[in-house]
Order: sequence, then C-alpha cells, then structure tokens
Amino acid sequence: MKTAVLVFPGSNCDHDAYHALKHVIGVDAGFVWHKQSSLEGFDAVVIPGGFTYGDYLRTGAMAKLSPVMAAVRRFAEGGGPVIGICNGFQILLESGLLPGAMIVNESLRFVCDYVHLKAETGRTPFTAGIAPGTILKIPVAHYQGNYYADDGTLDALEKKGQVVFRYCAPSGNVTPEANPNGSARNIAGICNEEGNVLGMMPHPERCAEAQLGSADGRRLFDAMVAWLKEKGK
Amino acid sequence: MKAKIYVTLKKGVLDPQGKAILSSLSHLGIAGVDDVRVGKYMELSLRDVGREEAQRRLDEACRRLLANTVIEDYRIEIEG
Repeated sequence: MKTAVLVFPGSNCDHDAYHALKHVIGVDAGFVWHKQSSLEGFDAVVIPGGFTYGDYLRTGAMAKLSPVMAAVRRFAEGGGPVIGICNGFQILLESGLLPGAMIVNESLRFVCDYVHLKAETGRTPFTAGIAPGTILKIPVAHYQGNYYADDGTLDALEKKGQVVFRYCAPSGNVTPEANPNGSARNIAGICNEEGNVLGMMPHPERCAEAQLGSADGRRLFDAMVAWLKEKGK
Repeated sequence: MKAKIYVTLKKGVLDPQGKAILSSLSHLGIAGVDDVRVGKYMELSLRDVGREEAQRRLDEACRRLLANTVIEDYRIEIEG
C-alpha cells in the first residue's frame, strides 16, 4: 500500500502530510512532482495545502493544469481515493472534480485556528467507520475557504449525501458562529457523487498526534488505510 | 490586436472586498455610493487571427482559465 503526496510549486503542507502518513500512521508514502503524468503504483492520493503558483489568478487555477492533475482525474475515475486538503480542495474545485468554488472569507481575514467539524457521512474512504454526528477537532488556515455553490448545487449535494463535514460548535450544533469563513450551509468538506474524492478546508495532517493539540486528524488516515486494506491493497 | 477582459463576480455571490471598500468610501465621506463590486481586468495582446477567431479563442480562454464560471462572469472587448 502506497500513498502519493503531490507537490506543486508553492505546496507547503506536503511534508506535514508525508510525516502524518509515513511516521505517524506508518503507511508507505512518496512525493509526486506535479510534472509527472502517472500515478502508477499508488493506491491513494493526497493533494496537500499551500499556495500553489502563489494563488495567481485564483486559488488552484494554475495547478489544475499541471500534468499530474490529468493523472489524478484518471485515478479518481477508476475509483481511487483522493483527498484534497485546503489548497488541495481548491485545486479539486478548480479542476471540476468537485462542484462549487471558493471565495474570500466573509471576515476578509486569514483564519488560523482550531475548529470543530461534524462528520456527516461515512461513505468516503477517509470517513469510513467514523459515525455520522462524530465531532472532530481539526485546525483551519486559509484566506479563501468560503465555500460557494448555487442553491441547486447545494441541494443536490445534500440530497446525494456529498456533504462530508460541517463546521459546528464543540457541542455539535451547526451554528453561524461556528462558521469560520462564511461557507454556504457551514460546509467544510464535500465528496464527489461516487464518494471516493474528498475535499476539505481543515487540515487533518496537522493534528494526527496528541502533542500537536489533537489527534483527530489521524482518524481520516486510519480510515483510509482500513478502507484500502479491505480492498486488498 | 489587443483584447480587454473583464472578470466580475456573479450577481448574488458575496463580495467581502467590495463591502469593505464601500464602508471605507463612506468613512471618507464620499456619499451616494450604493454598492461596490471588485473584479479583475486583463489586457491580452494577440497575433492577428481575425476578429471572429480571436473571439472564439478568448471565449475558450475565459471559460477554461481566466474566469471561474461558477462564481464569475466575463466580458471580452477586442480592439482594432
């Protein structure tokens, strides 16, 4: 079992993701430079956070055109698990692998803080075994994490069970006060219709060990490993 | 051949920057401004390919890269 951590010019959470996978979870991991056009030999893909191409034009707008993204599309179409974290989520949105777009935080401030997330579905490889309603404490760090989609798209996401995480209070209540960026319907993470591609603004790789303030992020990677093992990887 | 491209947020998409600028204008005492929407302006120089072909290429450029049509509208002006 081997996980790919993509590296674009301006990625800056690639080493955190690699560390969480390789040293904390203990699964084999390898960096994949964005100019590579194959993901041969990898069983899961992490698109890490950062500021790819300096966020020129729009967050993720340049990275979506990197050769590796064509490989990610094929990998995703084949049912392979893909997680985009923060800028990785923005890249997935720009590339059309997930619906919607990100706009600037409602507060116009860069938000860097722990938030609470309510898990909504266990249908993704990264949430399999995490009961809906579970509350996870995971940090966010972004300026453009205000998830936007038109009402029709949002309704479809809800109906098809594609909302994976919502920002909530520590109690689990989904309130406007618990929403750090103004995201529509408190959405913190969504998946594609098939469920194998997950995008989320919070950073599970930054909280996979108790000494970092929370180990809740580890649960997503543990779920991924269990999911892959079940598939015989 | 020159082209100007205007990318603006769609109606209904929140523009926090525009809102902040609106409030700053009001602090300056500049009255009568009801709304501000911030967008992007790009100038492109093109090899002369004929107006119709330029329009076609620019439209594709806008749809595939220069604008994100989930949240943005675009307008193309070709000069000369």
